[in-house]
Order: sequence, then structure tokens, then C-alpha cells
Amino acid sequence: MSKQSGGIIGWIDDRLPIVSFWEDHLSKYYAPKNFNFWYFFGSLALLVLVLQIVTGVFLTMHYKPDAELAFASVEYIMRDVEWGWLIRYMHSTGASAFFVVIYLHMLRGLMYGSFKEPRELIWLFGMMIYLCLMAEAFMGYLLPWGQMSYWGAQVIVNLFGTIPYIGEDLAVWIRGDYVVSDATLNRFFALHVVAVPIVLLGLVLAHIAALHTVGSNNPDGIDIKKNKDANGVPVDGIPFHPYYTVKDIVGIVVFLFIFSLVVFFAPEMGGYFLEHANFEPANPLATPEHIAPVWYFTPFYTVLRAIPNPFFGVVAMGAAVVILFFLPWIDKNKVRSIRYRSFLYKVNLAVFLVAFVWLGYLGMQAVTPMASQMALRLSEVYFIFFAILGIYSTRRTAAYYLFWFVAMVAIITAYDVFRNNADIAALTWKTWAIPVGYLFVTLVLAAFTNLDQDKPVPERVTG
Amino acid sequence: MKNLIKSICLTTLLVSTSAWAAGGGGPIFHMNVDTGNQKSLQRGAKTFVNYCLSCHSAAFSRYNRVAADLGISEANMRENMIFTGAKLGDTMTVAMTAQQGKAWFGATPPDLSVKARARGADWLYSFLKTFYIDDSAARGINNKMLPGTSMPHVLWELQGFQALKTADEHSDHGDDGHGAANHSPFKLAVAGQQTEEEYDRTIKDLVNFLVYLAEPAQLQRKSVGVGVLFFLFAFGIFAYYLKKEYWKDVH
Repeated sequence: MSKQSGGIIGWIDDRLPIVSFWEDHLSKYYAPKNFNFWYFFGSLALLVLVLQIVTGVFLTMHYKPDAELAFASVEYIMRDVEWGWLIRYMHSTGASAFFVVIYLHMLRGLMYGSFKEPRELIWLFGMMIYLCLMAEAFMGYLLPWGQMSYWGAQVIVNLFGTIPYIGEDLAVWIRGDYVVSDATLNRFFALHVVAVPIVLLGLVLAHIAALHTVGSNNPDGIDIKKNKDANGVPVDGIPFHPYYTVKDIVGIVVFLFIFSLVVFFAPEMGGYFLEHANFEPANPLATPEHIAPVWYFTPFYTVLRAIPNPFFGVVAMGAAVVILFFLPWIDKNKVRSIRYRSFLYKVNLAVFLVAFVWLGYLGMQAVTPMASQMALRLSEVYFIFFAILGIYSTRRTAAYYLFWFVAMVAIITAYDVFRNNADIAALTWKTWAIPVGYLFVTLVLAAFTNLDQDKPVPERVTG
Repeated sequence: MKNLIKSICLTTLLVSTSAWAAGGGGPIFHMNVDTGNQKSLQRGAKTFVNYCLSCHSAAFSRYNRVAADLGISEANMRENMIFTGAKLGDTMTVAMTAQQGKAWFGATPPDLSVKARARGADWLYSFLKTFYIDDSAARGINNKMLPGTSMPHVLWELQGFQALKTADEHSDHGDDGHGAANHSPFKLAVAGQQTEEEYDRTIKDLVNFLVYLAEPAQLQRKSVGVGVLFFLFAFGIFAYYLKKEYWKDVH
């Protein structure tokens, strides 16, 4: 480490190692030179976090966490506070933008195997950040105290009530009342503006510290630290600053351009970012005919609705989130990047993405018999994806693939027989083809073709 | 059977009280909102304070803000549009309390500050357009958008009263000279002060005003946005070339 001597910097550096900090994390943090489009979302997530904190602080100056005053205080911000509308729209759009950025960031990790050894802790911290964000978004959504705020919170808190034995008491404990009320609003406000953000910031630090300990992955999934020059600098690495700082500025401008299009020209985003029903003040006596969570929760909401038993629905929904934590121990394939994975791996990931988006779409729609069948089928696909991922950890024998094909088809079919009845029989067996077809492609094709063959990984990064 | 169980489970999970009072389907009629049309907003505001503001409040909105946004002078506002003795900086409240409203009408007339954002312009337009004589309704007047509404047809002196066409009247629209265009389910039973076209303009202006009222910032939002986008675009060009310059030596 170089030592700055003299001057103000030197004086401070003698007492606080700011120079080595700057070097470790920016000017001598060597990042792979082949980052592509997908690598913008980490820095963008940080940008949105700052945006949310700054706009949140200003909103807190004018917002009143009181069931009698909350709705009016939001409208006061929209009308009477100087630039209040802009601050509020930035915050509400920021919430959705945060999830857009985080989902793309997670997809990047999935595509390039960024969660794999030695980056398991980065992934775990990231998942905890994601959980915190969900809590933050959920509690923040109550604050405007509109109809969707109120009934959305009612639904989510009632989910805890489905847990056997302790559920009811737990739900009361969370709400601080028997229904969502002023007490709930007050505590959600405290959690939203103080508790969760503190945890979130700590986790973000841990996420970045862990990243800078092992170094960044890249679109080739190659470890650049294996190829160092005489000075111990990775041949394929470039200092984060200035190279990626100037590059990320471009990404930030593009992001802000799109962000501004929403903030200034479509802040409601057609009812997806700000739901129309939320412009009705909360009314505990009138349940809206259609309660839909905001878009970023809808994939998991559909998994919840796919299972008739409320408790098992909650378990399935929880499992859909929790399984993501285990990704580093599910996909043990040595090849990180999708670029060098097999054709069938790509099919598997593509099917998963389609299923995830489709689940999200279904979560916003009213339940019809067909929609509820699709909800179940796509939930099955959601979980099968992880099973296939585990199976693809290495090349297996034909017998191994076929065994799991038969086993999983048997489980799905057994559940269909168990749940089937005359009303839904036609739909049940028609949609049965979805998970079974998916299993056929990913397992039977793997057993009889070379499509499960990964490709050789080059020594040095490409492009 | 399983579906039934499922729906019951979900209902008990999601819902704990009575069903949503408001029924009705999607909007019947469509109108083009233009909050940039200041004359229309002024006419709408006039109708609003004359007909709506006696029962419905707009408690988040201030008279002087409306005056400033709509190009109405404060003197004009004070003399012609404030009937409650309110000050210019006051919010647009009504003297009637929620309890009185409930006692007199059966339901408290809702605050209209953000109604247009909750319901949408088309819904409001259709609501104002579809009051009709219905002997089976409590007050003899019903509404297509909100069946069983407790709101009287306040604009009756402008529109008059319309009744539903009978099946015969529906079928012979072909020979009334208007051809297929006349699909309206209504016919005028009692004439009002305004013609059909005039009334249509009156309620379009009113809904236009309600859309403005629901989000006064929309008048400045887009023009600020254009400025921000221009800045970002210009800044983006510099950022791009800065990046390009730095990255020249990376291979």
C-alpha cells in the first residue's frame, strides 16, 4: 500500500486509512475487463438505494403516520409541499425500479453463475437484501393508507395467521391489534424508516465487502486471479476506478432517463406502480372486490394461490423464496457462465424465466379455473427448475435422468389424482402436459442426446 | 367441490368483512381528457363549485391553487366561485358533516379530490351521463355505472331526465335518420336547459376539471420532465465520450 505523506490527506491518512480504502475498493480493485450490459445493475441498485433514502427522508418531514391523517398528508405532499409531488413520485417509482434492478441483478447472477464457489456469501447477503427489500416495500406500501395499502397489509399479515397453533397470536402481535389499524400503521412506519433501512445498509456493506474479498465474476465465469502479471495484477483486470466508474455513469444516465420517463410522464404506470384503488382512503368496512399486490410480489402471490390449503399455500410461497438461498448448493456445476453451459441448461433457464414472468402476470389477474390450473402448473415448473439445476450439476447416466423423470412425473401425477374432480378434470389433464413436457425435454432428451453436454471454458476472458 | 373449498379458503384468508359496496362494470363511454385546455378546466370548475361542492368536498385542494392553476383571478374566484365564506387559501370543504350526509342521502358523499385517480375519467364521464328514470329505484332515479346510487341527478336542470329506451325503440334506430350511430340506450323524457351536445360538453369539462383536481401537479409535471430528459440526454453524450476516451487503452 502506498502511503500519502503530508497535506490534509496525509494528516488524515495517518489517523484513518482512507488512502488504502480508496485503493482497495476503487483505484486498485481489479475488475474483469469484460463486464457487459448485465453488470450495470449492481451500481444501479446502489443508486436507487440512495435515491430511496434521500427522497424518503424528505417525505418523512411531511408525512403523518396516523390513521386519521396519513392519507391526507400524502395528498398534502402532492399538492402543498414544494416539489412534494416529485419527491413522492421518485420514491414510489423508486420502489418499483428497485425491484426491476434487483431482479435483473439476480438474473445476472443466475446466468453467469455468480453465486457459485467462492461467492456463496455474496449470494446469501444478496438474498437477505432481497428479503429486506420485500419487507421494506410491503411496510412502505401501507403508509399512504389507501384501500390497497390497507387490504394488502391485511392479506399479508393474515398469511402469518395460517401457521398452526401460533398463527393467530403471531398475526395479532405483528398488527398490534385484531385488524390492521393505527397501531399497525405506526409500527410499520417505524420499521420502514428506521429499522429495516439500518439492516439493509449493513447488509449492503457486507455484500460489497464479501464481493471485494473474492473479486467480481464476469460473463465468461473465469477466475481472472489465476492469470496475474509480474506485479500481481490480473492480466484481464482493470482498476474499477476510473474504468468502471466512468462506464457506470453512462449506465446511470440511461437508467435515469427511463426512470424519468416514468416519474414525469406515467407515475402510475397504468396502475402497476400506483394502484388506482389506492386513491380511495382506507376503509376497514369495505373490502375491494379485487385485491392484487404490487407487481413485484405477484409471482410469489400466485404460488400462494396455487394451493387450496392456506397453510400449505404459505409454505409453498415461503419455499419459493427460501429455495433461492440454496442456489449455491443446488447448482454445483463447475462451469459458471451460461456461455459454456449445455443447450438443455439454457432451455431450463429460459423456461424458468417464462414461468416466473407468467406467474407474476397471473398474480395480477382474478382467479378463473384455467388461471388457477396454470398457477399450479407454473409453480410446479418453478420448483422443477431447481431440481433440474441440481441434476445438471454434472453429466449423469441415462438411467439417472430417466429415474428422476419417472419419479417427478409420478409425484406430479399423484398430486393431480389426489386433487382432481369432475369439475376440473379436463383442465387438469390438459395442463398436465406442461410440467411433464418440461421434464421430458430436460431429462429424457438429456438421457438420449448430447444436448446436456457443457462446452469447454477458455483460459482467458473473451471480448 | 375442490374449487369451492379453494375459493372459500381464499375468501376467508383474504376477506373478513362485507363485500365492496360499489358494483357495476367497466365504463360505458370514453372521453379524451385534456387538462391543457384551460377554458375547459375553468368551465368545469364553475360547474363543480355550483353543483358538486354543496355536498362533495375537495378537502385536499385549495381555492387559490385552483385559481392560480386555471388562470382565474383571485377577485373572480372570491366573488363567483366561493359560496361558503371560505378564504382563498382554504381547502374546498363543505359545511355538511359526514353524519348528516349519511342521514340525508344514505351514504356520505365522498370527497372528490382524488376521485378521478381512483375511478378514472371514463368512469366519471359515464356516471354523469347515465342517470335515468327508474321507477323501481328508491328515488325514482338510477344510474348505469353505479346501480342503486344514493346520489340524486344533481345536473337534471341542465340535462333533463332520460329514460331507458324500450325494446321497440331500440330496434328502430335504423330509420330515425341517424343510422347505426345512435346506440344510446336512453331517450330524453324531460328536456333540460341544455341540448344533448351542450350537456355532453358540460360533463366533459367537469370531468376534465376533476382529473386536474386529482393531481394539480400534472400541469407542470410534463414540462419539468421534458427539461430533465433534455439534460440527461446532453449529459449522456458527454458521459459516453468520457467513457470511450478512458477505455481506449483497454483491449
